[in-house]
Amino acid sequence: MFNKRFNFILTMMAFGYAFLYIPIVSLIVFSFNKSKLVTVWGGFSTKWYGELFRNEQIIEAALLSLRIAVVSACFAVAFGMLAGFVLARMKRFRGRMLFSGMTTAPLVMPEVITGLSLLLFFIALQDLVGWPGGRGITTITIAHITFSMAYVAVVVQSRLSDMDPSLEEAAMDLGARPVTVFFAVTLPIVAPALVSGWLLAFTLSIDDLVIASFVSGPGSSTLPMVIFSKVKLGVSPDVNALATIIIAIVATGVVLAMVAMKKQESRHKRDIQIAAVAN
Amino acid sequence: MASDNTKDKSKSPWNDPYADPYISIENITKKFGDFTAVDNVSLKIYKNELFCLLGGSGCGKSTLLRMLAGFENPTSGRILLDGQDMAGIYPYDRPVNMMFQSYALFPHMTIEKNVAFGLHQDGMHKGEIRKRVADMLELVKLEDFAKRKPHQLSGGQRQRVALARSLIKQPKLLLLDEPLGALDKKLRENTQFELMNLQEELGITFVVVTHDQEEAMTLSSRIGIMDSGKIVQVGTPNEIYEYPGTRYVADFIGSINLFDGNVVEDEADHVRIQSEDTDATLYIDHGVAVTEGSRVGVAVRPEKMKLTRNRPDQADNVAEGIIDEVAYMGNLSVYRVRLKSGKIVKATLPNLDRDTEQFDWDEQVYVSWKPKSGLVLLS
Repeated sequence: MFNKRFNFILTMMAFGYAFLYIPIVSLIVFSFNKSKLVTVWGGFSTKWYGELFRNEQIIEAALLSLRIAVVSACFAVAFGMLAGFVLARMKRFRGRMLFSGMTTAPLVMPEVITGLSLLLFFIALQDLVGWPGGRGITTITIAHITFSMAYVAVVVQSRLSDMDPSLEEAAMDLGARPVTVFFAVTLPIVAPALVSGWLLAFTLSIDDLVIASFVSGPGSSTLPMVIFSKVKLGVSPDVNALATIIIAIVATGVVLAMVAMKKQESRHKRDIQIAAVAN
Repeated sequence: MASDNTKDKSKSPWNDPYADPYISIENITKKFGDFTAVDNVSLKIYKNELFCLLGGSGCGKSTLLRMLAGFENPTSGRILLDGQDMAGIYPYDRPVNMMFQSYALFPHMTIEKNVAFGLHQDGMHKGEIRKRVADMLELVKLEDFAKRKPHQLSGGQRQRVALARSLIKQPKLLLLDEPLGALDKKLRENTQFELMNLQEELGITFVVVTHDQEEAMTLSSRIGIMDSGKIVQVGTPNEIYEYPGTRYVADFIGSINLFDGNVVEDEADHVRIQSEDTDATLYIDHGVAVTEGSRVGVAVRPEKMKLTRNRPDQADNVAEGIIDEVAYMGNLSVYRVRLKSGKIVKATLPNLDRDTEQFDWDEQVYVSWKPKSGLVLLS
């Protein structure tokens, strides 16, 4: 009886994981395919990886994507922190609900609409003030900042609402002026939220295809755009190789983050034990 | 429970009409919208006092404390500290420090850095800071914990860090918001005495906010009892306990038996009250100067009541009843007695000897007390 149920659970689990990971596993396997045909196995080879690193278009696109992601994540953290701060700290003012709704709306806004509206905005701006001078890396970065700062704002807001308000009062009580209070107390306490907000913004930017397609110009194709356009001409095995590398990087990042969190947690537990013994 | 704080009269500046108050709170009112949190409070606190603001939650005691710290601005009235008007002075410029109820220790700093924070803000020389922090940590017996973070400490240790941090700038006035609220009972008793010793040693004026009457009785030189934004009575713990001014105070501090009645005789040296709760009249050895027939309350503390099996030899202050409930507490026994009128009174008798006589359930007894034990409450 028990065994039967256990088997059932195992089957369900296998099915679920297969559904999730078979496509990815097949992609990784075919990245080591010798044959030029993507779906026909022609023996093991790493030649597509070599091909990939000789492909200047892809390398360039990857570097562009990285640059955009780093810059937009930094700005998104700065702006998002300000918004999150206001959301968490302003007690009640007229239109607070509207303000918080407007800040978080980009989270649920369809990307097509965000992309289109930004494109129209940039064109109008170009006509009015002659800036940003065509579309390219600047417009993509600005677009990425606008939608990723909403995520940062939400993360910072929740961290700030968890924070004991008397911490800042205590700092002020001990003689710190508001600016010092912010840099000496508030900022270090929300720092973890800023780090995770930065990583989130970075990932969102690396990931984005739709919005970037709207606001990019000639000669500024991000990595997702290059992959997408290559696939439209037929899947070539070097795209599999590229995807495999991306998966490897992401997986390493996730594992590292988890290990770091585990470590911190066990250290925290040990600290508590030490305190208990000291009692 | 009532620690007798009737110190030397010269140490009681509140009895000296010419003494200058250190903190003078003058007609302070604080409104939040339509809600009046603090209602026209005036208070004089003297140097080196340990003054307790005592009251239930929402009575305005914390708001008053926050106005002293500068976190809230009074709607009207003014606060003078050592002769200086505090209006418009920001918290970071006031010679006042506060110990928060949550302790508010900076979680990302070591104990040492937490304690040094206030001195750093003053731009003090590094070497001097190190020396003062070390001295302060020694004073609160935390010198071995300097490099720890707050979450590595126990509740009692954290409380001492918070205290050290608020004392290091040697403020003119230290505010403590429920300083012992987060500690368990045993630890609280020890800490109470540590706190009192520190206060005496450093000579800093303390204002403590608490809802715990026992804590207030133990710690304070004087207590101010607050109710719905107003100060209802100010006095030493002894005065507050023995001479509560109103029913609210009498009921709030300790427990009380209250008899309602009409004044039938009011002389300079005594008053006689006819109560529907007792057959005998209530006789108290102080006059109250009210018109005869007015409605008053008579308060008698449970420990001032006597229980006997035979009717005591006195005409007043005696009532017949049946033991309704017995609670043996070890050091004393608590009896609830149902009087013939149906009223229930509480009497506590000390167990002075191992074989002190105990009364039983449903036993018929007489409750009695002396003329000087009762107190007339007009409001």
